[in-house]
Amino acid sequence: MSLTADDVNKIAYLARLGIDTQDTESYAKDLSGMLDLVAHMGTIDTDNVAPMAHSLDQTQRLRPDQVCEINQREAFQAIAPQVEANLYLVPKVIE
Amino acid sequence: MHTNTIAQLVKGLRAGDYSSAELTRFYLDRIKQHQNLNSFISITETQAVTTAQQADIALSKGNAPLLTGVPIAHKDIFCTQGIKTSCGSKMLDNFIAPYNATVVEKLHAAGTVTLGKLNMDEFAMGSSNETSFYGAVHNPWATNTVPGGSSGGSAAAVAARLIPGATGTDTGGSIRQPAALCGITGLKPTYGRVSRYGMIAYASSLDQGGPMTQTAEDAALMLQAMAGFDPKDSTSVELEVPDYSAGLNDSLAGLKIGLPKEFFDDALNSNMATVIESAINEYKKMGAQVIEVSMPNLKLAIPAYYVIAPAECSANLSRMDGVRFGYRCADPADLNDMYIRSRGEGFGTEVKRRILVGTYALSAGYYDAYYIKAQKIRRLISDDFNKALEQVDVIMGPVSPTPAFGIGEKTSDPIEMYLADIYTIAINLAGLPAMSIPAGFIDNKPVGLQIIGNYFAEAKLLNVAHQYQQVTDWHQQTPQGFA
Repeated sequence: MSLTADDVNKIAYLARLGIDTQDTESYAKDLSGMLDLVAHMGTIDTDNVAPMAHSLDQTQRLRPDQVCEINQREAFQAIAPQVEANLYLVPKVIE
Repeated sequence: MHTNTIAQLVKGLRAGDYSSAELTRFYLDRIKQHQNLNSFISITETQAVTTAQQADIALSKGNAPLLTGVPIAHKDIFCTQGIKTSCGSKMLDNFIAPYNATVVEKLHAAGTVTLGKLNMDEFAMGSSNETSFYGAVHNPWATNTVPGGSSGGSAAAVAARLIPGATGTDTGGSIRQPAALCGITGLKPTYGRVSRYGMIAYASSLDQGGPMTQTAEDAALMLQAMAGFDPKDSTSVELEVPDYSAGLNDSLAGLKIGLPKEFFDDALNSNMATVIESAINEYKKMGAQVIEVSMPNLKLAIPAYYVIAPAECSANLSRMDGVRFGYRCADPADLNDMYIRSRGEGFGTEVKRRILVGTYALSAGYYDAYYIKAQKIRRLISDDFNKALEQVDVIMGPVSPTPAFGIGEKTSDPIEMYLADIYTIAINLAGLPAMSIPAGFIDNKPVGLQIIGNYFAEAKLLNVAHQYQQVTDWHQQTPQGFA
């Protein structure tokens, strides 16, 4: 499996991940190498194997529907890049 | 003083041989004296001195918890309230955690004194500690070599005796491989045994925290404090924590050791094979019985891991977007530009590679071919282990195909670095507990023996490791310059 620089740019956009133009080729090479490594899985017949999401076959725990977290907005927003009137600020989305 | 184990320090503190304040000062000075190892990202001197004073008061009152006054340090992946928690990344270089990880809370409740935060591969992605934003850590046994990773700072600091014990995390070998390369004892518990709350997630279905110490006896003491059910972690297991120290001295007569033939094929360096074989011989002398087992799907562990781990990491790391915490790029043009540049500037190359592969594997049209296929392979690998563990009590083998390699030696070829995790990765996929203990040297570089056990059999692993440490002194060796 070989990825092109174009493929890398598309994947990087899906991940909202900035990649320097001069590095695109080397990412294409590394990613293709990783996919070649992964391709060994294709040699094994897994038609009758159930996927294993997790090592312990347990169901999600439920808890009583009660308030158990206290509001920590100030502590959490103290480390935010930009906050105003208790809101997280981001650049304008709609012109 | 610095060669004392945690068990010895516990006794010394209670006997009044030294105070926690003295101990803390001693280790802080030693950490500063050896800063060239680059094993620490943050040193929390002020907090440490205060905690040590409180520990001394508690000790004088006579009812202090077991580890009261013992200095330790945390891998910088564990959130520590009010203290920078960088995860080895520029992305979190400005992140002051607003809460403590459960592991941090528990070790604090057990009385330990935190001296600082340890260097690591960026977001725990790496096997050499070279991907850290804060630079490579040096292996104290040969400072031009890597300490392993991702818990490289933890391993180097314990090996150099800058601290008697540290926390680490293991997603594909990140406790065991650095423990092996630095000549210390490392334990990756069963998945679900130690809470992941506040432990910054890399691959959530594989990540597990554990202790890194000089001895198995110390690992038992630390694990005792770290393990247990945590309602804040949805994958934490609701199971009683046994007394990990109680069975350390049990006899190993009749112990059945499984040796997977796939661990000892041509890929294993012959010097490495010799060291492992002589360790197995020690066990035979103690009355253990050796049985060959087979793991036919072992070679598929790396391919499956490099789908599952990147897929989970691409999801986990999507929270690093420059909105609520962490790095934000300067002067973003719009929201998309802010996401793209904050992430592009905040993450290093290895993290980007894994996010990209994970994003690709999870993207429309590829999900079944990669992610579901990898999960099926994961089942086959897990079945191999289950079958083997029906016949034997523990499985043994190498941790790493070679001892510590040179800094910069493998950075140009990421795939080569991935392949070196062949003996550790399968255990994470299966979710089993495993240890690395010092078992000898090749060219003055430490070699680790891996011991793998059944689910929740940490006490058995610790017993098996401790008995070896009663008849060998590899774990007591200290690197030149740190003796």
